[in-house]
Amino acid sequence: MNAKPPAIRCQNLVKIYEAGGQQVTALNGVDLDIAMGELMMLVGPSGCGKTTLISIIAGILDQTSGGCELFGENLLALRNKDKLLFRAENIGFVFQAYNLLPTLNAAENVSVPLIINGVKRAEAERRAKQILDKVGLGARTKALPAELSGGQQQRVAIARALIHDPRLIVCDEPTSALDHESGQKVMDILKAVALDHQRVLVIVTHDARIFNFADRIAEMDDGHILKVVNSAAKLK
Amino acid sequence: MNHIALKMLMGDKGKYLGIVMGLTFASLIMTQQPAIFVGLMARSYSFISDVGLPDIWVMDPKVQFIDDIKPMQDTELYRVRGISGVEWAMPLYKGMLKARLTDGTFQTCNVIGLDDTTLIGGPAVMLEGKLSDLRRSDGVIVDIDGAKDKLGKAAASPDGKNTPLKIGDSLELNDRRAIIVGIAKVTRTFQSQPVIYTTYSRAKAYAPRERRLLSFVVVKAKPGQNLDELTRRITATTGLAAYTQDGFKQLTYNYFLKNTGIPINFGITIALGFIVGTAIAGQTFYNFTLENLRQFGVLKAMGASNGTLLRMILLQAVLVGSIGYGMGVGIAALFGFLMRHTILAFKMPWQLLLFSGAGISLICIMAALISIMKVIRLEPAIVFKS
Repeated sequence: MNAKPPAIRCQNLVKIYEAGGQQVTALNGVDLDIAMGELMMLVGPSGCGKTTLISIIAGILDQTSGGCELFGENLLALRNKDKLLFRAENIGFVFQAYNLLPTLNAAENVSVPLIINGVKRAEAERRAKQILDKVGLGARTKALPAELSGGQQQRVAIARALIHDPRLIVCDEPTSALDHESGQKVMDILKAVALDHQRVLVIVTHDARIFNFADRIAEMDDGHILKVVNSAAKLK
Repeated sequence: MNHIALKMLMGDKGKYLGIVMGLTFASLIMTQQPAIFVGLMARSYSFISDVGLPDIWVMDPKVQFIDDIKPMQDTELYRVRGISGVEWAMPLYKGMLKARLTDGTFQTCNVIGLDDTTLIGGPAVMLEGKLSDLRRSDGVIVDIDGAKDKLGKAAASPDGKNTPLKIGDSLELNDRRAIIVGIAKVTRTFQSQPVIYTTYSRAKAYAPRERRLLSFVVVKAKPGQNLDELTRRITATTGLAAYTQDGFKQLTYNYFLKNTGIPINFGITIALGFIVGTAIAGQTFYNFTLENLRQFGVLKAMGASNGTLLRMILLQAVLVGSIGYGMGVGIAALFGFLMRHTILAFKMPWQLLLFSGAGISLICIMAALISIMKVIRLEPAIVFKS
């Protein structure tokens, strides 16, 4: 058992979508604890409920039933305004498609979470340049997303997820659009820069090449967690 | 977040220009066409404005507008002069007469006959000669546009320009000689006919023989006299219609509004401009929001509130609206400036700017509202969909 207190606790989590008059059960009683300082990967086939689970953990989707606590806070019970504030301060996002604003340069993109948190633009961009330097893009702060390679864009996205020093970073397929070398580099940076004992990383991935970066791996299928292992070798 | 909103808007130059151009076009149509309409309608009463001195116009009760002349007997002048509160009352002849030009062709002209003694009602701006020169034998004053164009001496070749009439030249009005003694600047009339000023007695001589030739009695009220009260008194005493200057302008304006197809024609053009502007700008702006929906979803996931996103969209709408409006109004004003010496009627009062401003605001509000609804309903979980 993990001795660290759980940063994330999901209990009997159920999510049912209504689609065209039909009910689709995406999560069917998920129990999962993730400790502070842990890098947890959620793996499994498409449609198994991985993305739904991180959406609920990140507070951008409400569960149908069950409980989900993030750093001791039940997001479902929070008022919308407080939930937004909680998200803005505590969660960073890294997406498969990077989701950088195409008309903002790298530094401006990275500064967005700080600006949402009320930091002045000049200060936000100064800090953005510092963190871009940490992910190896100090020389590309003025570049637009279209002028960067896929790996570089994902590093900008990582810098954006980190700049406001969140306690949770959720990553959705962060390497699936990248070649092997770029993917490994992105994971190296994520683990080196993002992970510390004050932060949790939850990564949804299909990419078996990066399983070895995980502290634990939760294998999902059909809305359930089949097993949680601490080594990629233990996955069948 | 304002900086981000502006960068999102202006980052894609093509789409940004598309929205601005749509609004510019709408603003141009909604300013330029009404400006022509207002200019045209102002011409309907331009003669009343030009004869600025009198407070009250007295006429036959059946008169519907300034060019609808129902002549009265000269004795009506004396009846009006006898009414208390009248400082002075002068006769005014106004009629359409054919002028025979030096080349033998005829041109219908607006002939104005002024009181022989006072010459009240004469043109305010004399470009050549003096108003008092009308007292010279057979003297007439013509307006500059008429002198240059319709009354000008025909060119030797078909492609050549007319030679403008000048002082000393002559023409014939109803087989009587008229000598040009002055050139005046007057506001163009609705029908854009040349305007010829002469004395009242000479105008009566030029006009076809009729028992009644007095078109209007123009009245100056005594100082402190209530004009509405005086018009009522004139009507009650003489049985004639009496209007203040503004009242007579309104009567004329209303006649053209009700009895010509001008308002509906311009109304259709303006409505089309509004619809096309809304379609182009609204659609482009809405598409712009749709294409950025994922970006708005990312901002929402990161903790940006609906209020923040709403302010961003409103800022974008206000910006493109202001630029489009400014450019449209600017082009309309430039158009008016370039056309100032042509026959085109164009008038752009401040009320018109408010009108087109309101139209553009409405387009932007509609486009922004549709976009805002989409963004407010947006689930931030969209960001995890690839």
